Amino acid sequence: MGVGIEVINLNAWYGTNHTLQDINLNIPANHATALIGPSGCGKSTFVRCLNRMHETNPIGRVTGTVRIGDLDIYKDAKPVEIRRRVGMVFQRPNPFPTMSIYDNVAAGLKLNGYSSRRVLDEIVEKSLKNSALWDEVKDDLRKKSGASLSGGQQQRLCIARALAVDPEVLLMDEPASALDPVSTSKIEDLIFQLKSQYTIVIVTHNMQQAARVAEKTGFFLNGRMVEFDSTHKIFTNPSDKRTEDYITGRFG
Amino acid sequence: MEVNVNVPEIRISQAQLQPEPASAGEQSRADSPAVEVSAIRSFLLSRGNSAFADRVFHWLMVLCALSIFGIVILIATELVTGSQLTWSRFGFNFFYKAFTDPDTKAILYWDPVNGNFSALPFIYGTLVSSFLGLLMAVPLAIGVAIFLTEMCPGALRGPLAFLTELLAAIPSVIYGLWAVFVLVPLLRQHVNPHLSQLFGWTGFFNDDNPTGLGFISAGVILAIMILPIISSLTREVMSAVPHSQREAVLALGATRWEMIRTGVLRNARIGIVGAVILGLGRALGETMAVTMVIGNSPEIHRSLLANGSTMASVIANEYAEASSDLHLSALTEIGLALFAVTIVVNAIARLLVWAVTRGTPAQIH
Amino acid sequence: MRTGQNTLRAKIRTLTDHAATGLAILSTILVVAPLVAIFVYLIFKGASSLSLDFFIKIPKPEGESGGGMANAIVGSGILLGLASLIGVPIGIAGGIFLSEFGRGTKLANAIRFTADVLNGVPSIVMGVAVYALVVKPSRFMPFSGHFSAFSGGVALGIMMIPTVCRTTEEMLLMVPHAVREAALGLGVPNWRSVLSITVKTASPGIITGCMLAFARVAGETAPLIFTALGNSFWSTNLDQPIAALPLQIYVYAISPYDDQHRLAWAGALVLIALIVIAVSLVRYVTSRGVLKGAS
Repeated sequence: MGVGIEVINLNAWYGTNHTLQDINLNIPANHATALIGPSGCGKSTFVRCLNRMHETNPIGRVTGTVRIGDLDIYKDAKPVEIRRRVGMVFQRPNPFPTMSIYDNVAAGLKLNGYSSRRVLDEIVEKSLKNSALWDEVKDDLRKKSGASLSGGQQQRLCIARALAVDPEVLLMDEPASALDPVSTSKIEDLIFQLKSQYTIVIVTHNMQQAARVAEKTGFFLNGRMVEFDSTHKIFTNPSDKRTEDYITGRFG
Repeated sequence: MEVNVNVPEIRISQAQLQPEPASAGEQSRADSPAVEVSAIRSFLLSRGNSAFADRVFHWLMVLCALSIFGIVILIATELVTGSQLTWSRFGFNFFYKAFTDPDTKAILYWDPVNGNFSALPFIYGTLVSSFLGLLMAVPLAIGVAIFLTEMCPGALRGPLAFLTELLAAIPSVIYGLWAVFVLVPLLRQHVNPHLSQLFGWTGFFNDDNPTGLGFISAGVILAIMILPIISSLTREVMSAVPHSQREAVLALGATRWEMIRTGVLRNARIGIVGAVILGLGRALGETMAVTMVIGNSPEIHRSLLANGSTMASVIANEYAEASSDLHLSALTEIGLALFAVTIVVNAIARLLVWAVTRGTPAQIH
Repeated sequence: MRTGQNTLRAKIRTLTDHAATGLAILSTILVVAPLVAIFVYLIFKGASSLSLDFFIKIPKPEGESGGGMANAIVGSGILLGLASLIGVPIGIAGGIFLSEFGRGTKLANAIRFTADVLNGVPSIVMGVAVYALVVKPSRFMPFSGHFSAFSGGVALGIMMIPTVCRTTEEMLLMVPHAVREAALGLGVPNWRSVLSITVKTASPGIITGCMLAFARVAGETAPLIFTALGNSFWSTNLDQPIAALPLQIYVYAISPYDDQHRLAWAGALVLIALIVIAVSLVRYVTSRGVLKGAS
């Protein structure tokens, strides 16, 4: 079950570069929200503020409030704790190269001290099923390394890894941009199935993808959020001219 | 604004364009085994933020890294305190003064019996042997580097490079062993007589007591030993020169040698100087092989074929059985001088090489 | 095009080019020749003196024939074990700091530079320092007041630290940032992420770095001359002088007895064989392991 995210007056910097300016929005629980916009508009930075990954960069800085559920993640909790509740899937698949498939999925639990073998087995199986990878790897769980899978499989492995820790929110930063069309559509199907259990925020520069999977969409431009509304409205009747220009392909 | 955009049907359930759903997670799903799931979640929530463990780990790593500084400080401290005795006795004179033996009236530098110590012969020996070694090693090392980088056919490059790496891995004592039983007799029988015949008139090649030991032998074995490091560093520096430089010179119609000279060597010369200085640093501190072939005589002779001694070799020979505290202190002070000189020489060399290869990952030497 | 002009000049340029090529090839031969000569001579002389006795007997008193260097081999093993115990953990930890915590900082740059310079300090100076620290009577140091295996191990261990530190750093820098991000994104504590993910990914390279440092100190003689001192008898006591292979080779090489010379050659062959194996293993693992681990 997911929770909603409330963002109030979020500002982010990379050094002196004011990357995000006064972002305000409410991301609904148990739905998929897409963030679109041209390259460099700040949408990746935005999601990295939601799990406090932005500040891992030595010159990264954040001000404002982000509430996940009823928890102010910057005031009331430490980054490590937040990241266990907010999962992330990155643009390029990054399975742990020295670990088997099983260990990759279980990594979030094992490295945090969980050791019950029986429960781990169940969770690995459940996560791999949820990420539509179980049938392809169920015989090689411990034999094959995470890095020996194809690109699309690796990304689904990363999704399984993120799901294994039962997060409340799942952040996906252009998860299919490095993949072929078949893998992309598999992942989109996945998101469609998962969103009833988790709150999903997906960054994408592919507008068709946003339209396919998300109920709500936010349009980012130059570090500001221009418009945030239901996907249907954004794509058929946008309120802001800039949004219209972007989705009709006049720029970006 | 009505817009005509080809928007695929959004696959929301038939309850389509709903207004904003509630943000509180009221919907509960019955099918997922909620008990198991929240067990994991509560387990993870119960894990602390491990701030303490992180901090301990961080400081442990810092401490170990600072040990590098600690080692330098340790060595410097021990050397300085160990040389106090000699320093208070002789001061700066330690490095150049000569004494007269009260009985034989001969000039002595190193006289443990009477307690007179001067480091001059060892400084002389170190400089002469290192200089000889550099003289022989540098042209060869650069030649090898040029061959391996610019001229060598690809298939040979790997094995030859491996071979030169292997040269660097041979311990000093094995070089010394080979030098004592192969090199020294070779020089004594076939080379030194010719040298003293041809060049004896210069005064630098008098062979009064032909044992084959001496500066020439030390120079040769030093050359063999410092060759790999000069060569591999020169190769690294030459490879760091961008291909565009080579191509630019070739496009002007240069021969291969001219391309190497103006396109590569000219750009890399600072780094090559650094490599040579690094080789010098190695030669200055080389102990075992030199000790075994230089003859270990604490006197200064002009002839290169005469026996001598270096700063490292006298420490190796006499430290374990030093006859008095002053003797030990004198040896320690020589060690201090060696330490200081090699640090300075190595620092200069590193800076020069770093200036040229900045940006490219460096090899460990 | 006027290429007929200045044919003399063109001829000189071509000649110089050929001469340069010839000189370069000549230098290579002059360099490779002594290496091959040393190896061949070593193998012949060493092999002819090598026997089972070498590995199981201790040295005979001077003038007597026979005997071996068994105590030196064991002694070297003990010294190197102690050295690794000191050098490897501290060195790896230092490398972890340089790569994971201090990257880009002035402190890290200073430490890196100092480590490189330390690698160039003559090993005999290290011996003098450890002598003053451990062999001289001291209230703080265990086993102090006399020559001991402990002091020899300390000298070799301190020599390993800068080398291991630098190679560890280089290997850790090669781990892709994406791997670290993945661990962070899962909420893994930093210390766990560094050890179980980053270091583990780089471990083939780190291990080869340790082996390189190991091979280097295995052949060191100078720092042992007045710390471990050497021993003609069986001794595994850390509190006593101990024999070491390179040290024994040195002592025998400069002795007046032919028998001992032969033993020195045998010892040299064993020593060089061990080092060649270590270096070759390093090359083999580096060409396969690191690339596999960090992909």
